[in-house]
Order: sequence, then structure tokens, then C-alpha cells
Amino acid sequence: MVIQLLNGMQLAMLLFLLSVGLSVVFGLMRFVNLAHGTLFMLGAFVGLSTVEATGSFWWALVAGTLASAIVGGLLYLGLLRRLQAESPLKQVLVTFGLIFIGLEAARIIWGDYAERLPGPALLAGSTALFGVVYPTYRLFVIGLGLAVAAMLYFGLERTRVGAIIRAGVDDRTMTAALGIDIGRVFFVVFVLGCALAGLAGVVAGPVLSVYAGMDMGVLVLSLVVVVIGGPGSLKGAFVGAILVGMVETFGQVWLPEVAGMLLYGLMAAVLALRPQGLLPAGPRP
Amino acid sequence: MSSAPLLSVDGLHVHYDRSHVLQGVDLEVPEGTVVALVGRNGAGKTTTLKAIMGIVRGSAGTVRFAGRAIAAERTDRIARLGIGYVPETRAIFPSLSVEEHLTLAARAGGWTLERVYDRFPRLAERRRAGGATLSGGEQQMLTIARAMTTGPRLLLLDEPTEGLAPLVVEEIAGMLRALKAEGMTLLLVEQNLAFALGFADMVVLLGRGQVRWTGAPAAFHAAPETRAWLAV
Repeated sequence: MVIQLLNGMQLAMLLFLLSVGLSVVFGLMRFVNLAHGTLFMLGAFVGLSTVEATGSFWWALVAGTLASAIVGGLLYLGLLRRLQAESPLKQVLVTFGLIFIGLEAARIIWGDYAERLPGPALLAGSTALFGVVYPTYRLFVIGLGLAVAAMLYFGLERTRVGAIIRAGVDDRTMTAALGIDIGRVFFVVFVLGCALAGLAGVVAGPVLSVYAGMDMGVLVLSLVVVVIGGPGSLKGAFVGAILVGMVETFGQVWLPEVAGMLLYGLMAAVLALRPQGLLPAGPRP
Repeated sequence: MSSAPLLSVDGLHVHYDRSHVLQGVDLEVPEGTVVALVGRNGAGKTTTLKAIMGIVRGSAGTVRFAGRAIAAERTDRIARLGIGYVPETRAIFPSLSVEEHLTLAARAGGWTLERVYDRFPRLAERRRAGGATLSGGEQQMLTIARAMTTGPRLLLLDEPTEGLAPLVVEEIAGMLRALKAEGMTLLLVEQNLAFALGFADMVVLLGRGQVRWTGAPAAFHAAPETRAWLAV
């Protein structure tokens, strides 16, 4: 039971890192970026190559995060920026196309086989916690997710830049009418979201394995997280990630026959009861 | 008034889909004056303000502010040139606190927090409250104060007294008079004719997307266009 909880939490934190950028980007600009998972995969592959070159997981963490941030930023400046004024259908089609380009590019550069990214030696082995023995690296994943969540929360709720982002999610036009360049704010948020996707990719490397196509499963899960939590909301992404992580983990243990459907049942229930998501961006108490 | 007006709009046309909302609007706002824009619902008053802000795009015409053509500029650049905007909807940010509204876009030369709280003690009391929890009057104060923190040279106000209780209307009116006394330039859309005529230096009457009459408030009721273009 405790092990399953920790497993669920570990998956939840990976999903949180992946979904939070997707969610805030959507909330700010109503922009749907399906290629977000591709940046997750890019982070994982760059991390893998970095470990092979330097032998250091920590350099891999830095390189994978930076690579996804840079590629995401270039994609935005070169292509996605032009799609902002377009219909969601065009955004979906173009970014869906990017998934396939990313998939082929990964096969050409890194080959078509799965490989496990070696975790850091420092976190090898297991730790006794809550009466169970649990892999130390997975505890690190949980801690990292919680730390990133806390930092993002502080940044979004307690700083002026955070207030500008929330204002942009609430009302883009009025934010611009106060002299704030909402396009630049959006770019910063987009790149940060891509960086977090890359970070998630490296961190997932030792848990899942790294292969061309590893983005597809997590992309679907992270979209479910965004829908359940409520687009544009940090708290929503956090709570949504925990729900999805737990339902996925416990579903496979307790109800393996219907585990695949459970998640969509959860999503349907949330959409039926609270179409705006559990914790949508919006009014402050 | 020999120098060029702070704001001048010439031959402004705006289309929404197939409807021709503004059909060549001309108006001038000299520095340090208050111009009231009046007219029936749907005459194009709100659209005129939105077009000046760059929120809707004109299909023809020019807008000049402080000697610069701004009709093609982005909304955030127009705002930074020195135009503050108080929209009809008030556009309070529900997820921001009162104080965050006032620090979000603050610029040098604009109202400081102290100045806002000095003028609106009620906002000081509610500084930690969420924008969505404010009353209509508090929201209106906050919208005006938020615009003033950016240090504008011209303030566009869209129906600042609409839907407010008489006491609150008087409070807002009092603060607009204080702004005027300080030499602030205002372009005011107002349905409350008594207030508009008592407050403005010039009145511009819009009717179906065109300026039908421009003149001093004292001459407003005697003008034949008034009866034709304003349901009183």
C-alpha cells in the first residue's frame, strides 16, 4: 500500500513537471501544443547522450533541460508564434505533425531501440521510509517534483512576474491595455514549460526507458491532467497530476482488467461535474 | 489652443464582420481638457475607445497621440505611450489581489500605492482581497486607480458611473473632478448626461458611427442634432 502510494506519487510528479507548462501555456494563450511530449523525449535523449559522454547524471539533467528549452524557444519563434492567431484546429494539426517529425528525427539520430538512462550513483540503492524499503532515486523524483511545484507556486503567487502571468490568464486584452507586452510574457512561460518538459524527460529516463515514441503515452496522460485540473492553473496541474498518477498506479494493482479505462472514466466524471476542471485558474478568495 | 491636440482621431472607420460600426469619426482632445463622448447604445462610443487603444483595428483613418500616428501600433505600446484605459466591463483580474492590480503595471510618474490608498481608503482596507470579491464601486475605483499607476497623459473612461449606487457615483465623480483639477486629460464615454454636461469642456455626440455634433456643454440641449440622435 505504501509502496503503491509512493509509486503513484512518483508518476504524479513526473506528470506534474510535464503538464504544468502545457497547462499554463494553454491558459495564457489558448494555445494547444501537442508537441510538448516531443520536448519531453528530446530531454530524455539529450540526457542519455550526455550521460554517455560525461558519465554524469547531473550534467544530463542540465543538458536535457537546456536542450528542450532552446528547441522549444526556436520552435516558438520560427513556427508556433505564427499559429497563435489561428484556429485551435490548425494548432492541433501543426503540432501533431511536429510529433511525427520529432519521432523520425529521434529514430535517425538515436536509433530505434530502448535504453535505460543510468541514474546517479549518489541515489542508487534503497532507503527505508514509512516502514518500507523504496528505491532512493524514486524518492528523489518525488522530492524534485515537490520542490519545483513549491518554486513555481512562489513565483506565480508571490512575485510581480507571477502576477503579470495570472493577469494574462484572466484577461489578455486588459493586461496589454496596461502596457504589458503579453507576447514576451508568453514566450518566457512557453520556454520555461519546455524546460520543465525536458527536465521531466531526463528524470523519467532511469524509471521508464528512453526510446523513440516514449512521448506518446505521457502526452495523453498529461493532457488528461490538464483537462482534469483545469487549464491555466498551477494548483490544477498539481492536483490533476496526483489524481492521474494514483488512478494509474492503483488501477493497475487493484483493477488490472479495467485499468486502461479507469482514467478516462475519471476524466469523464470530472468533465460531467466540473467542466472547467477541478481547480481552474480564476477568482482568488 | 494653438498647439496640436494631445489626441486627434481623423476619419476613423471600423468594421465588425459585415457591420460598419464607425463611419469616419473625427474628434480632438486638447491637453488638459475633458471631452465627453455621448450617444445612444450602439452609436459606436465604446468602439471608438477600443480603436484608440488598438484593441479593435480601424479599416481606415488615423489616430494621433502626442504627435505620433498610433493606429497601427500594438495595444501595449499605445498604453506605454501614455494612454490609460478604464473599460466599461472594468476588467478586474479575478485572480489578483487589490494590491497586485496596483503594482502590476506601475510605472515611474504614475500614482504610487500611498497615493492610491490615500485617495481611496476603502482600497487600502481591502488591499489583500481578491479582485472578484470587490463591490461594483470598489471595482470602479480600482480600475481607475490601476490605470493611474501607469502614469498616463490621457485617460479613456468608458461609462465609469454605470450601474453604481448614487452615493458611489458621487464618489467616482468627485475623484474625476479632482483629476481634472490636476490638469489630467480625459476622454469620457458617459450615459449620465447630467454628469457629462456638468463635467466636460467639450461634448461629442455620436450617432450611428458618425459624429453628429460637437460643441460646448452649454449649447448641447439647444442643438437640433441632440433631439435627432439622442433618445432623452
